[in-house]
Formats: sequence, structure tokens, C-alpha cells
Amino acid sequence: MSDLNQKMVEKYKGNFLQEVINNVEEGETMKMCMQCGVCSGSCPLGPHWEYPPQHIFMLIRAGKRDEVLNTDSFWNCTSCYNCIARCPRGVQITHVMHGLARYQKVLGLAPKNQPTEKFSQLFWDNLVQKGRVNELKLGLSLYFMNGFGEGIKTALKNQKLGMAMMKAKRMNPAEMFGGHGVKDPAGFQKMVKKAHELEAARIAGEES
Amino acid sequence: MVDVVATNETIIVVGGGISGMTAALEAAEVGKQVILLEKRPYLGGRVSQLYKYFPKMCHPVCGQEINQRRIKGNNNLTILTMAEVTEITGDTGDYTVNVKISPRYVTSDCTACGECEKVVETEFDDEFNYNLGKRKGAYIPNKMAFPQTYVIDPAIIGTDEADKAKEACKYGAIDLDMGEETLELKAGSIIWSTGWKPYDANKIQPYGYDRFENVITNVEFERLMDPHGPTGGKLLRPSDGAEAKNIAFIQCAGSRDINHLKHCSRFCCMASLKQTRYVAEKYGDDAKSTIYYIDIRSIDRFENFYNDVKSNENVEFIKSKVASIEQDENKNPVLRGVNTEGAVRYANTHDLVVLAVGMEPSVDVSEFPVKLVLNEEGFIQNDEANGGIFAGGTSADAYDVNRAVQHATAAALRAVQVVNNISK
Repeated sequence: MSDLNQKMVEKYKGNFLQEVINNVEEGETMKMCMQCGVCSGSCPLGPHWEYPPQHIFMLIRAGKRDEVLNTDSFWNCTSCYNCIARCPRGVQITHVMHGLARYQKVLGLAPKNQPTEKFSQLFWDNLVQKGRVNELKLGLSLYFMNGFGEGIKTALKNQKLGMAMMKAKRMNPAEMFGGHGVKDPAGFQKMVKKAHELEAARIAGEES
Repeated sequence: MVDVVATNETIIVVGGGISGMTAALEAAEVGKQVILLEKRPYLGGRVSQLYKYFPKMCHPVCGQEINQRRIKGNNNLTILTMAEVTEITGDTGDYTVNVKISPRYVTSDCTACGECEKVVETEFDDEFNYNLGKRKGAYIPNKMAFPQTYVIDPAIIGTDEADKAKEACKYGAIDLDMGEETLELKAGSIIWSTGWKPYDANKIQPYGYDRFENVITNVEFERLMDPHGPTGGKLLRPSDGAEAKNIAFIQCAGSRDINHLKHCSRFCCMASLKQTRYVAEKYGDDAKSTIYYIDIRSIDRFENFYNDVKSNENVEFIKSKVASIEQDENKNPVLRGVNTEGAVRYANTHDLVVLAVGMEPSVDVSEFPVKLVLNEEGFIQNDEANGGIFAGGTSADAYDVNRAVQHATAAALRAVQVVNNISK
């Protein structure tokens, strides 16, 4: 168990609802949930969730911390916003789902080999280099996510698509060498650093 | 010419539904002069469009008849139908009410013999049956209509049909030259009881009321079950006229929802429970009802009614707000969602879906002809700024019949107190 996770367990002493409200984006809106189930029923990927959103809210209120933080359910969210559009109580379900996934990762509890989690990390690593997403490199890193052999196979399979994209100028092979970035890379890095500091300070505040 | 005497000791009641009738009668029976204004050609409002009311399962005809007898036996009460308030000026104890009276084209000499209806051919959507059936251009709005006087639809005025109707009338009761009239009435106090309308089901997009024929509303269901309704009391589904035997009721259709009506409409749980009883009475073990609900709100003595319905094996309760409705190739609605008791995902096929739509004020907030303190949904608030104008019944909030009548009686008392202070 990570240090932070241990500290959070001690701090909230079983009041998992409060822990979620304090640490998860839009967690506060969860209080309005009346367990009607329209979010779970509206989710296009619902059948693939171990616990659909309404069930997760119930688990959080019941203080089932382990169940919630050990599931990979919310990584299935594709941000279609069906749930938010239909929720009769204004619960910001999509945001709460992403917030829970993020919190799970911060605590070091993110599921291993969860494809969405993996991709999110690749996307972030790619983005922070130059402040712009290098789509060519991101695509390739995704191809080779599961090893070199798999990567070659996927690349060959998608050869036609890649060529078509290049023809339509939707993909630039020159991006392989350096690639484009923001106008002020140093300023961007400073901003990211500051954000990290703010987040660290917030967590330190949570820990105390 | 309509000839009405009104002074600043008169109480004017706007709206002649169950609440307006009650308020008007209560005030008139303690000796006050009351004028009751009703926009439709008859009294009784939405209650008269019900098949039965809960919890006693009696027919509205009964309550109607009692009120009609009270009206006939009272000389203090003047009733004006087809009358709409256009403006109110003045203050407590000294109001001036402008009223527009639309022509009925039939005088009080009418005996409701129906000869005019026989000769008129043109048909119109029957608003009394929520447009599920047709009525003639010369018609009596419903069997219990009060006054029992025919109406000529303005659309046939100036055609041969209107002349035929006039010729057919043996009593000379048809006056095709009748025109719109305006009245200016004095009043000391006003009771506003224009009531409610069903929430527009088209706005609840995932349920497809506008796309699927076999998705209907609870008020339409009442008309289908009524022996005097468009199907003669048979539960025929709109797409193919087959008898519905597997009926779903969806609760909170538009109520308790920030995207629609924020309030609980209070009557719909009981209305759906009542409607499962219609199904049980009519088809016994041959039909099945399923109620999809968030929670069932049957308060106080209604709990017994709920328990009684629950003990019926042909009624199933599924704790779920239905997420969406689709339609299969036989036009059967397929309901999708998650049963939150056990988190079971379902796709249930029914042959008819009844949306338990909620209550909103019949007058739009933006079109209210009088300056009153309203909440954001248009219900009249209990506020001193309203002076001598009081809401009676569902103009104030979502109520069932029982509570609306109680509220209207209280409104009558307030109005009587205002008028008493003037005559002192």
C-alpha cells in the first residue's frame, strides 16, 4: 500500500464519502444521487462495467473503499455524457468517474494493464514534452504498447490508413523528427511544474 | 347579452374545475355573491376526464353530480362558461376584472336533444378525450357536461353546416350571430383556480412519446379505460388496435427532474397504482402490469392501497428509472435500464407504455394575465403581495383531487374574510 493511500485511510477513518468529496472532481454533486439508476441504464458500455455509476455511488456511501478503489469500472467511461444529460439530479457523473480514476492512480491503485489507463499515461507523457500532442509518435507508441512484434503487426495492418492520412495531410511524417510544439516551451514547462507543486501542496494539506 | 351584477363585495373565482367549483360553492353557501368563470364550455375540468378516482375507485360523475346539485340549489352563484380573464386591475377589496366571453352559438334554450349534432358532418379532434377520438362540429363536450348545452365549433360558422344545424333545432336555440363579448366586473377578492395540465411528454426524448405510437400518457390511459371514452372502455393500443395485455407504467416521467419539472407531482404514483387496478379489474389474470419507479410515494392512508396492489401477483414493481425506450418490429416498446435492486440490466418488451407524466400549471409563467408572485414553474405562491387574490387547488402546487379540494376550501375562507372586512 502506498504511503499516500495509507495516510488517507488513517485520515478519513472509514468516511469514504467525505474522502471522495474532498479529493474527486465534482465529488460533491454525488450527494444528490437518489439511486434511480438512469446513469447505469444509459451507459453504452454499461454491461462491461463491474460496477456501473449508480452502483459505485451506493458503494461510496456504504464506505466500501476497497471495492471502489480496486475496480477498473470507471476507466471504461468514454465521456459520451449520456448519464449527465439524463441525470435528474445534476450529478456530474462523467466528471466524477474520471475523477475517481485519477484519484485511484494518484493513490497508486490504478489497475495494471488497463488499456485506457495505459493510453492515458502515454498521452500525458507525449503531451508534456512539447505542449502539443505529437499524433504520429502517440500512434506509434500505442502500436508498440504490447511489445515490438505486436507493434509491427499492427503497423502493417494499418498501412493503408496511414498512407491515406498522409495523402490527405492529416499526418505529417516529419513529426517523427522533433515535431511541433507550443510557442513558449519554457513557459509551458514552468506551468506544468507549478501545477505539480500546487497538487503536491494540496495533497500535503490532505495528509496533515 | 350577458347580464351580471358584481360589486366590490363579490368574489370572483377563475376556473371551474373541481377546485374552482368547490371554492365558489363554499363561498356562495355562506352567503357571498360569487361569479365563477370557466374557459371551457362546461364545468368539471380535468377531474371529469378521469375514469375513476383513487382511493375509493368511484366515478367522477358522482362528485360532479353532488356539486351540480349544490350549484342548482344556490342563488348566490353565477356561472359564466367560455369566459377568460384578460386583465385584473385594482387592489384588495376593489378589483376590476376584464373578461372575454367567446360565443357558444347556442342559447340556454337548448334541451340537449342532439338534433343539430345529427345533421353536422364535419369532425374535429375531441379535446375532452385528449384528441384520441373525434367529435362533431356541433357537440356536447361530455355526458356530464354542465351546463347541458350544446356548442357549435367556431370553425363551422359561416358554412352550410351551421345553417343546417340551425334549421334542425326545434327550439330556436342556435344563434349564429352571437359574437365575442367583453365584460368588466367588480370584485372584492379573487380566487385563482385555473388548475394544471399534464407535462408535455414530447420533451422527455428518451421515451419517444413523439416517435412511438404505443407510448401514451396517464391522462390518455384514463380516457381509454372510460366506457364513455374513444374506445368504449377497451384498452386498445394505438398502433394496431389490439388489446394491450402487458402494460408498463413509468413513474416520474418529467417530475423530480432538473431537466423537466423539479417538483414531485404528488398524484402520479397513486394514479398508476389505480390504473393497475383498472387492468386487474378488466382482465384479471390475462394481463400484467409493471411499474418502473424510483420510490413509491403513497402517503398516509394510501399506503393500504399500495400494499393491496403489491399483493396482486399480476403487478410487478421494478425499482429503476427507465433509461430509454426503443421499438421492435411489431411496434412493441422495449424498455432499457438497470434494476437497482441487484443491478440487473434489462431490456423488457411490453405492448403498451404509460408515462406517468406530472403536473404543471395550466397557465404559462410567461403568459400569466395577472401580476402574482409565482415560483419558477408558475405555481402561485402564498404571498402578501398577491393582495386579495388567492390560489385555490393546483394553481398553487401539485395536488391530488382530495388535497386540491381542501386547498380550494381554504382559499374560499381567505376570500370570504377579505369581503367581510369590506362590508364591515
